[in-house]
Amino acid sequence: MNVASLTIEQVQTGLVAGQFSAVELAKSALEFAQAENPKTNAYLHFCPERALAAAARVDKKLAAGENAGPLAGVPLAVKDVIVTEGVRTTCGSRLLEHYIPPYNATAVARLEQAGAIILGKTNCDEFAMGSSNENSAFGPVRNPVALDRVPGGSSGGSAAAVAQGTAVVAIGSDTGGSVRQPASFCGVVGVTPTYGRVSRYGLVAFASSLDHIGPFGRTVRDAAQLLEAMAGHDHCDATSAFAPVPRYTAQLDGEVAGTRIGLPREYFEGLASESGDRIQQAVQLLKKLGCEVRDISLPATKYAVPCYYIIATAEASSNLARYDGVRYTTRAHDDTLSGMYRSTRGQGFGAECKRRIMLGTYVLSHGYYDAYYLKAQKVRALIAEDFRRAFTEVDAIVAPVSPSPAFKIGEKIDDPLEMYLSDIYTITGDLAGIPCMSVPCGKTSEGLPVGMQILTRHFDETGMFRLADAFEKAGGFAGSN
Amino acid sequence: MKITESEVRYVADLANLKLTDSEIARLAKDMDEILAYMDALNELNTSTVEPMAQVLYQSEETATLRADEIVPPIGNEAALANAAVAGAGYYKVPRVIER
Repeated sequence: MNVASLTIEQVQTGLVAGQFSAVELAKSALEFAQAENPKTNAYLHFCPERALAAAARVDKKLAAGENAGPLAGVPLAVKDVIVTEGVRTTCGSRLLEHYIPPYNATAVARLEQAGAIILGKTNCDEFAMGSSNENSAFGPVRNPVALDRVPGGSSGGSAAAVAQGTAVVAIGSDTGGSVRQPASFCGVVGVTPTYGRVSRYGLVAFASSLDHIGPFGRTVRDAAQLLEAMAGHDHCDATSAFAPVPRYTAQLDGEVAGTRIGLPREYFEGLASESGDRIQQAVQLLKKLGCEVRDISLPATKYAVPCYYIIATAEASSNLARYDGVRYTTRAHDDTLSGMYRSTRGQGFGAECKRRIMLGTYVLSHGYYDAYYLKAQKVRALIAEDFRRAFTEVDAIVAPVSPSPAFKIGEKIDDPLEMYLSDIYTITGDLAGIPCMSVPCGKTSEGLPVGMQILTRHFDETGMFRLADAFEKAGGFAGSN
Repeated sequence: MKITESEVRYVADLANLKLTDSEIARLAKDMDEILAYMDALNELNTSTVEPMAQVLYQSEETATLRADEIVPPIGNEAALANAAVAGAGYYKVPRVIER
């Protein structure tokens, strides 16, 4: 078996045909991942004991003729902001270097229940704050496609692991593009489901009204299958939605003729020419598949970056208040309580987390709340209204994921505003809470992957996956990284 | 100029962050630039717009109230396992009350 290119379906076929056992697969996947990891630093740590125990349970069920689950034996990587009981969860931060969670995230529990095998925890920007994975306290991740470039962020490790073949599938988190942008940079599929579709219980909070857990795969089908297994209501998350979860994978029939697609003109200004060319070619392919393409306008788009960085930093400053040197392992020494809080936080947080805590505290502080936070909440309503209106005319929106392909490590790290602007096409989906994804649509002349973004109505992941799957098959983009 | 170094010190105090002088200088520059960029929102007249306080509205208001069932808590030992310093079943912190 070639673990680097397996799909979920191939794992199932191999297990049923007896080509390999789940334990054999887990062992080779771990061996391969551990050997390859130094190239990219995608994983922060592995959990072989947990993986082999889970694989043994799958083999036992199979031997007894029981259903071992739709993800039986599938090697999975989990972003290190998603808690795993008994397995270190650092959030890419020095502050949580020794934190061992006492419980599992709902998404983790459901994926393991479905038979998935967690190989380890993946690197990310500290507390998921960043667009390049350079803000990890444990070193940057390198893009497996071009090792001198960033994998994107903040879920850079998860995207890199799937692209590198050191996991079949992975999960990450998306607050402003942190699944879709690294997926596009690494040439894999990355999905941000509808807000509330996947429980946030056990996702370490960054900006609670924007945080989503989402899947990565080398094919649209694999990503859809992963979402199917972890989606659905969970009473542990008060914002988790009651909407029933369809069987996405049963509906990927390639029939997309007649789908009305909108191209928002605001998303094509300031786009790097080669990325723009790939998207235009992708649009031609969608037309060939029988889709009706028209231009649309989402006029509030230009306000999305400032709106997002007010709301996200405000929520982050509140959520990160809990890291005070009392409950989460790390404490700096000081004789007074307030001195201890200040020193622990001052020494523990990296530069980007401090910047966001400071911005968030500022915009929420006395005298500035109305001018910044309340204003941003109103602009967020306008952005959501743009989409609502657009979806009365079209079934899906197609756009670029990022203004440029993967940039060089170090290229933007000293210019925070420039880095924030690289999220321009992805943050709108999070602000509106609609499902959106990145699917590979080709490469630049330098061989760097380009992703196409698809956005649909609230809870219409089915329509999004159908379109993405038909596109991926017609263009031959499956596993193309 | 949106923000001065002394305002940065004030905000750091609110946020319980101990910062070095060079961090303060750098943050004053970065925050100034970012806050100036955020002023773009003032181009929009939002006097009649309701703020978006919630992302989804598809359920009834009471839909998220779960049944009031008793479940066992994780217990003192597990809850304190990640404490920076613990003792006698509690979190320990530097002394705050003088005798």
